[in-house]
Amino acid sequence: MNRYPLWKYAMLIVALLIGTIYTLPNFFGEAPAVQVSSGKVTVKVDSAMVGRVEQALKTAEIKADFVQFDGSSVKARFADTDTQMKAKDVIAKAVNADPADPSYIVALNLLSRSPQWLAKLYAFPMYLGLDLRGGVHFLMQVDMKAALTKKAEALTGDVRSLLRDKNIRHAGISRDGNSVVVAFRDVEARESARRLLTDSMADVQWLPGSGAEPSLVGSLKPQSLVAVQEAALKQNITTLHNRVNELGTTEPVIQQSGLDRIVVQLPGVQDTARAKDIIGRTATLELRMVDDSTEAQAALSGAAPVPFGTERYMDRGFGPIIVKRQVVLTGDNLNDAQAGFDENHNPSVNLTVDAKGARIMKEVSRENIGKRMAIILFEKGKGEVVTAPRINSELGNRFQITGAMSTQEANDTALLLRAGSLAAPMEIIEERTIGPSLGAENIAKGIASVTWGFVAVAIFMCIYYMLFGLFSSLALGFNLLLLMALLSMLQATMSLPGIAAMALALGMAIDSNVLINERIREELRNGASPQAAIHAGYERAFATILDSNVTTLIAGVALLAFGSGPIKGFAVVHCLGILTSLFSSVVFSRALVNLWYGRQKKLKSLAIGQVWRPEPEADVPGKA
Amino acid sequence: MELFRIKRDIPFMKHALIFNAISFLTFAVAVFFLVTRGLHFSIEFTGGTVIEVETPAAADTEKIRHTVEKMGFGEIQVQNFGSSRDVMIRLPVREGEKQTEVVDKVFAALCTAESGTVSRHQQITDKGESISKQICNSSAADGSKVEPIKLSRSEVVGPAVGAELAWDAAKALGFTILGIVIYLAIRFEWKFGVAGIIANLHDIVIILGFFAYFQWEFSLAVLAAVLAVLGYSVNESVVIFDRVREAFRKYRKLNTHEVIDHAITSTMSRTIITHGSTQLVVLSMLIFGGPTLHYFAMALTIGICFGIYSSVFVAAALAMWLGVKREDLIKGPANKEDPDDPNAGAVV
Repeated sequence: MNRYPLWKYAMLIVALLIGTIYTLPNFFGEAPAVQVSSGKVTVKVDSAMVGRVEQALKTAEIKADFVQFDGSSVKARFADTDTQMKAKDVIAKAVNADPADPSYIVALNLLSRSPQWLAKLYAFPMYLGLDLRGGVHFLMQVDMKAALTKKAEALTGDVRSLLRDKNIRHAGISRDGNSVVVAFRDVEARESARRLLTDSMADVQWLPGSGAEPSLVGSLKPQSLVAVQEAALKQNITTLHNRVNELGTTEPVIQQSGLDRIVVQLPGVQDTARAKDIIGRTATLELRMVDDSTEAQAALSGAAPVPFGTERYMDRGFGPIIVKRQVVLTGDNLNDAQAGFDENHNPSVNLTVDAKGARIMKEVSRENIGKRMAIILFEKGKGEVVTAPRINSELGNRFQITGAMSTQEANDTALLLRAGSLAAPMEIIEERTIGPSLGAENIAKGIASVTWGFVAVAIFMCIYYMLFGLFSSLALGFNLLLLMALLSMLQATMSLPGIAAMALALGMAIDSNVLINERIREELRNGASPQAAIHAGYERAFATILDSNVTTLIAGVALLAFGSGPIKGFAVVHCLGILTSLFSSVVFSRALVNLWYGRQKKLKSLAIGQVWRPEPEADVPGKA
Repeated sequence: MELFRIKRDIPFMKHALIFNAISFLTFAVAVFFLVTRGLHFSIEFTGGTVIEVETPAAADTEKIRHTVEKMGFGEIQVQNFGSSRDVMIRLPVREGEKQTEVVDKVFAALCTAESGTVSRHQQITDKGESISKQICNSSAADGSKVEPIKLSRSEVVGPAVGAELAWDAAKALGFTILGIVIYLAIRFEWKFGVAGIIANLHDIVIILGFFAYFQWEFSLAVLAAVLAVLGYSVNESVVIFDRVREAFRKYRKLNTHEVIDHAITSTMSRTIITHGSTQLVVLSMLIFGGPTLHYFAMALTIGICFGIYSSVFVAAALAMWLGVKREDLIKGPANKEDPDDPNAGAVV
């Protein structure tokens, strides 16, 4: 009755194996590494960079453990810090042609020391939270009101140009809060305007105004309102990514938190002032006319100096370009940039400018049809031409950039144009700095408390329950292994509350084992045969174990659902710990018991500690 | 080894009234302290600024207090934290103040007070991670460079965040209580659900009472511990209720309070051993976990101690006062043969 089928053992061995493999990376520690990431929004790091880095290291005869591309940066790991420093210089020299204006950030970093084959199995160590690693944490609040106001401003401009295009006369367009108010002289004009606006602006609902004069009030539909806010948040996150990349130290965390908040965590950074400086920095966008005159052509070929009133910039694709100093428009007037398609189904970048921008664009474009206009992105005081399209016709508040570009290029350009600015202003509402030594101390203390807790419980169990105590302790160890493996697989962020939850999970996991062992003793006390006692012990204790774990799980889920930050870190480990302990105490410990006792037909006694039998008179509980 | 050799069922319920009076008293005392003293909320809830600095020798907290007080932040707190070299400074939220600049200002002032200058420093750790940080430099008497004060941790929390956290915590608490009551009501009977949850709220109020009386800092981690205790402590009640149900089936001659006595007595050893081992782990956290885990472990310690007591004397007794009967748990013959009930075989 106490035998497990072979498949159950096979399953446990697989679980043990998977557990071990995925827990392993956590024990290797970290090795020095060099990370190459983009230094400008206009520069993208791709897998080709791996080759360049490898080549540079090869020529300098520096041996790297490996060089790999991880989606946004290239990382190379080295055996020791000396090699790392040398490699950093070599790589920096190789990838950055101009040290004064680096296109790539070459930074020192730490990478897990675990071997490559583990990484190939997607076994990575847990990510250490800031409290264990040191760094700065910001919680930023996005001003959604401002995002909506900006959108309403844009709508006002759109309405104006739409009505003008269709020759519908109005008596003034104004913005009232987040809605657009259009006044009319007569009801017919209002009705035709209403038809037009409803058809051409799907995300706005138009209602007649309440005043004596005929008017229309347009406001964003609820779902578009949400969409605007989501877009603003996304754009802010993108912008933050670009800016934070510049710090280049370690993998930053930039995440949405709730509806209107962004969490920024920068491990390894201690200097909040500099971090804030970079987060708060705005890249600016400028639209200027390209100088295609003969003097400029001569200047480009190097035959003449740059003409008066112009400047020379580098274009992303084509090389130098001469543009006029006079600024047509700045990024402040740019409301949106989206990738799309033109009427011939070629990829395009669709730009929207605000009312003031539209006026200027109209004038400038009318006068300069056939000429080129450059869009220049300024970062850290240095400008770079993103694109320089030819003006084909008079432009309004919405216009397209088309040309020989792929969909991907259109996306990138749109991203670049948006990247400079924030969709809505942000404010830092929470800020944390944790020193690196404090982090190391926290890890050491957390691990010490788990270890000593485990040792104490294991010793007690072995003394009190003898062999069954040993089984329980092994099950407890198995539980810890599974928990670590699960957390590593999920790439959870381990923080101090998480370690505390792990310790607590150990304490609580033993409960199931105690329940089982006590039950077996009780069965023995009541005169059951050893095999029957084991069987009954496990079977009967199960209901109780389930009940008690479900209640704990309810509390854990509540914490997970409503908690944030440290509470969530605690809750994740807590909930997972309950699940793994359920599995390990019920299935794993029983497998051990079955393996040990299951095959013995004439089992006389169990090594479960002393079983004291009451006097016969006390057989019936309560009053004898 | 066996610790518990209980010959007969201990008549717990005979003394239920006395124990209930005692628990009511402790509960009342805890509520009294909660009302009169209130909880000492961490800045996660209240908003504000916490700065932790480390000094090379034992810190002169008076001097630090004086320096910070001069800056006029209102009611500030300066105290040692962990060791005599670590100092924690707490500043309240103030209207119109750019909170995020406070840390830099205070650190600069403290550094100046130690006749040092603040500079930014790019440093590479022995592991090869580059760290940029603010450090305070000053020259020692013998001309060597020293760091008279080190910034080890700082936190700034806006008041809005705190209010939201408190609301989230209330929601989590509400959800947990509701969830547990519903679960117990389905699995057992509503009387057990109510009894169990009251017993556990009793534990929680007592933990809070301790935190109020000693003015220990009530942080998010402590809140997590309190809610974990809520789930954990229900365990005890569930194990006992489980036995009550079984005993009702098994010993048909016993009356309700004898059944409860039997259930408690027969789970006694398990209760004590489980709590003992959990307590071992929590104590290890209390001893080795350092100051950051201190209050977390403390809340758990108190919760576990009172958890034993409350599940025995409060939960079981309350269930008894609520009038739990055999019929509540054993319903008709159809239920008796429920194939999913692992206790079905226990019927004699």
